[in-house]
Amino acid sequence: MSGRVLVGVKRVIDYAVKIRVKPDKSSVVTDGVKHSMNPFCEIAVEEAVKMKEKKLIKEVVAVSCGPQQAQETIRTALAMGADRGIHVEVTGKDYETLGPLQISKIMAALAKKEEAQLIILGKQAIDDDCNQTGQMTAALLDWPQGTFASEVSLEGDKIKVVREVDGGLETIKINIPAVITADLRLNTPRYATLPNIMKAKKKKIANMKPADLGVDITSRLEVLRVDEPPQRQAGVKVETVEDLVSKLKEAGLV
Amino acid sequence: MCPLCTTEHAAPQLYTTLHRRKCSSVSTPRITTHYTIHSRDKDSRWEGIEMERFADEADVVIVGGGPAGLSAAIRLKQLANEHEKELRVCLVEKASQIGAHTLSGACLEPTALSELFPDWKERGAPMNTPVTEDVFSILTEKHRIPVPILPGLPMRNHGNYIVRLGNFVHWLGEQAEELGVELYPGYAAAEVLFHEDGSVKGIATNDVGIAKDGSPKDVFERGMELHAKVTLFGEGCHGHLAKQLYKQFNLRENCEPQTYAIGLKEVWVIDEKKWRPGRVEHSVGWPLNRNTYGGSFLYHLNEGEPLVALGFVVGLDYTNPYLSPFREFQRWKHHPSVAPTLEGGSRIAYGARALNEGGIQSIPKLTFPGGLLIGCSPGFMNVPKIKGTHTAMKSGMLAAEAIFPKVTAEGLDSETTGLHVPEYAEALKNSWVWKELHSVRNIRPSFHNYFGLYGGMIYTGVFYWIFRGKEPWTLKHAGLDANQLKPAKECTPIEYPKPDGKISFDLLSSVALSGTNHEGDQPPHLTLKNDSVPVERNLAIYDGPEQRFCPAGVYEYVPLETGDGMRLQINAQNCVHCKTCDIKDPSQNINWVVPEGGGGPAYNGM
Repeated sequence: MSGRVLVGVKRVIDYAVKIRVKPDKSSVVTDGVKHSMNPFCEIAVEEAVKMKEKKLIKEVVAVSCGPQQAQETIRTALAMGADRGIHVEVTGKDYETLGPLQISKIMAALAKKEEAQLIILGKQAIDDDCNQTGQMTAALLDWPQGTFASEVSLEGDKIKVVREVDGGLETIKINIPAVITADLRLNTPRYATLPNIMKAKKKKIANMKPADLGVDITSRLEVLRVDEPPQRQAGVKVETVEDLVSKLKEAGLV
Repeated sequence: MCPLCTTEHAAPQLYTTLHRRKCSSVSTPRITTHYTIHSRDKDSRWEGIEMERFADEADVVIVGGGPAGLSAAIRLKQLANEHEKELRVCLVEKASQIGAHTLSGACLEPTALSELFPDWKERGAPMNTPVTEDVFSILTEKHRIPVPILPGLPMRNHGNYIVRLGNFVHWLGEQAEELGVELYPGYAAAEVLFHEDGSVKGIATNDVGIAKDGSPKDVFERGMELHAKVTLFGEGCHGHLAKQLYKQFNLRENCEPQTYAIGLKEVWVIDEKKWRPGRVEHSVGWPLNRNTYGGSFLYHLNEGEPLVALGFVVGLDYTNPYLSPFREFQRWKHHPSVAPTLEGGSRIAYGARALNEGGIQSIPKLTFPGGLLIGCSPGFMNVPKIKGTHTAMKSGMLAAEAIFPKVTAEGLDSETTGLHVPEYAEALKNSWVWKELHSVRNIRPSFHNYFGLYGGMIYTGVFYWIFRGKEPWTLKHAGLDANQLKPAKECTPIEYPKPDGKISFDLLSSVALSGTNHEGDQPPHLTLKNDSVPVERNLAIYDGPEQRFCPAGVYEYVPLETGDGMRLQINAQNCVHCKTCDIKDPSQNINWVVPEGGGGPAYNGM
């Protein structure tokens, strides 16, 4: 297998930033807020670059869908070792309603266009926690999927994937082409160092719109309201076990 | 092998009780693991690690993407375009994006901006709030005494704009990129590089992938070297590379030590009915006593949402080690003239930063072979006006204008390989920056009298308002801020009220709002020259003032696991890069160095 790998990278609000809901409760504030590459996407990029370094694949293409700033995220992927980037431009209201189904359609269209043999995605994005894009992409392409991968190895014309599941670890062997989604323990992503960022400026990022791929990105979902989680109420201190039991009875819990 | 200090002793027969007693002080758990304290040359874990750095050449390298650094970069490119010359200008900034480490009140005086971009309005500079009301008060515990701001007083804000400086800096960054400046946010300048002749060659960015214990991780990579004909250092107040340069080139031999204050700030969304866009409020007095310099600000922004920016400044020459600037700030908000504005509102941001108060007396030598200092790093803040952005920008612009002819000249006209540009200091001395700083030079030091605040205000009224700062003498500061603390036993602990969770808050929830974060597995960047000094000196004599002056809860004295005694715990991940600890540590044992680039606060328009 010496082909091309597509890696999806998503620009999300940095995990350490405190989220604020917009006053009109339509969504969260994103203007000026620190964004970075989704941590699971970083792991996906690292895995693809590692495969290229081991000469198992020929080319790594980083893909991101979103407004102009998505290019920064692609540049980071390029600095980590991706060969070229594809920026699918989606802005404004379309971007606000962009979700896993539309992304999967875009990824599927790109996979066919680029004749990719492998798609590696993060298992989920830390802003919506959907955990759907990888699975939907595989279904649209009718490709096998190895999700929650904590270990990936090529064995001839098949891929062995060790998956992190609730009961422990599951090992599967799937045919190529396939979709893999990266879990936390798959690898430790390398830093995008300054010399590589400078080199990445020379790597190509192709621009296109979803329409160019024949993809309709109208959303089937409508967000009605976004609310902050309820304020944590202060607890009550009790002196004795009897007090505790009576308080629990009062609350109807025992 | 001595079991206590795990080294081979030359003469084991001398392993007496005396030695045992000495070695047991080594039971101070190891805190500092940074390579600036424990060199990697002698560290066996670093044997065989590739330490070669990739190097690149630019014409000018600028350290720091704040108002000074960006103004210098922009001015250089403007000149290059004017004269049709090629100029490679690279700017490195430790924040993950330009503006993310910027924190200021701020009332911007648009003088320097209008010089840099006369068409700033058309370019969309985020200057949306002209000052409409200007209020100054002296606070007592329950009352507010208004003080008229007569024309001519330094704190008059007519003609100025309330800005969210982070957004302004971000806009400057966009202008710089348009002009062709290479901006590299997320990469911190960690080391100054020198030519053989001792002149500055450039900087090296931080290494990445060093574990908490100082050993190399799999992802270890060396930083990169950026070489330049001249390097501009615009690190802001109390920069860590500037600290090295002062020593290296003896830049502070003819000036007074810099004095500082800490500024804490919050941004609130308030009830629309209380919102008065363009209103500027300043106060002095309560909750500080008359001998502690400081005061508050509260600005109503006009950017769509009913936002106010408010904060509290405490001079770091305070003497009581029990003072907590954070808690003074929180309790000030409960004052009857402040709390009503905040009631019904919600806090959306928090941060803190040290600022300069030394004025003209504390400006060091500004140029040295291969480099120069711009902005709040040497310190051009007009203290009574509490404005330093306009002077910082002007210093950057003057630096650019002085460097440009030298850097684009055909032959390298310099005694040293790194260019020396003393013309910059000359230009600064002949500019309005110097005139302005000279006229206010005596206001801050005038607070060092028995009447403290009131003596200072009287001095300002007489000598500044009437005589415009033309008095022939120059008052001195009291010395290093770090030396001003009195021992704890000579002072009384301050009873601070508990935060109510609506107007005032606890420290940790405030730090969370700053969005600060650092890669956890890296050596703490708050390095101690000597790991045992905190407990032996800071805690013993001053009751650990770092637990109180750090606005991010980095320093904690916790009981030892063995139960007898305390140890200092450094929560480096909380750091908001304010530099207060490096300034105020009474033992001057803390040396703040730059962590992995990209870490630190994630301020949004602060």
